[in-house]
Amino acid sequence: MSTTASTAPEAGASDRAGASRRSGTFYRGDPGMWSWVAHRVTGVLTFFFLFVHVLDTALVRVSPNAYDEVIETYKSPFVNLLEVGLVGAVLYHALNGIRVILVDFWEKGPQYQRPMLWTTLGIWVLVMIPGTYFMLARTVSEMFGGGH
Amino acid sequence: MSESLTLEKPRSPRRRAARRNNFELYSWAFMRISGLALVILVLGHLFIMNILDGGVHRINFAFVAGRWSSPFWQFWDLAMLWLAQLHGGNGLRTIIDDYARKDTTRFWLKMLLYASMAVILVLGTLVIFTFDPNITA
Repeated sequence: MSTTASTAPEAGASDRAGASRRSGTFYRGDPGMWSWVAHRVTGVLTFFFLFVHVLDTALVRVSPNAYDEVIETYKSPFVNLLEVGLVGAVLYHALNGIRVILVDFWEKGPQYQRPMLWTTLGIWVLVMIPGTYFMLARTVSEMFGGGH
Repeated sequence: MSESLTLEKPRSPRRRAARRNNFELYSWAFMRISGLALVILVLGHLFIMNILDGGVHRINFAFVAGRWSSPFWQFWDLAMLWLAQLHGGNGLRTIIDDYARKDTTRFWLKMLLYASMAVILVLGTLVIFTFDPNITA
């Protein structure tokens, strides 16, 4: 079950022998490994945020004021920036999750896992550019253009 | 799982049964099915709440009251709550199994995880079902 196994000292050397990055048999340090690392990191961060988010939403059962006050912090510039990070993390996790499903179930998935990773990152950039704009436009204009 | 990761010999007599039940298979399948549903539910939620029509700046108690007056969004949020919590909880369970080195550490981290999942699921479900738009401040 463990995926952190690093047992014998010679293991590092032996799994390199006869395996090359180009032939696709070399996993450690490959973009495929980093996509897995990023999937874990974004998943854990999102899970921790969800814990906080259900608690803050539960304030609607306390009073409208209590809820509105906490929601105000979500509109402050710094937290607004964190929201861009959250959307970026969730979007990556979603796109890479679809890629994982395709690798598992599509007959050509394993063959195309690497182009699918680049496609995933391309879609991520294309969505995040306008997404970031719409999320931050008001905050930025209030911070730097609020004098009007 | 023992602390050293040396493999036992295939026919060693104290080798445990490789598979006692199909829980891991079902959780593997659940991650993919719930993941697909969450792509729609969560990305839709983020788009509406953070990007569309002014994003987070228009959210307040009245906004929530307006949304939860519709059974559609109540069901959306309920499904999202349960699927996200079980999907994320199962993901964290896997991560705890991977990185916790001592059995006691693994046990207590999982208890902490399951307790937090229970709290969030019960609280969230209760909030959606008992929401009162006319609550007094």
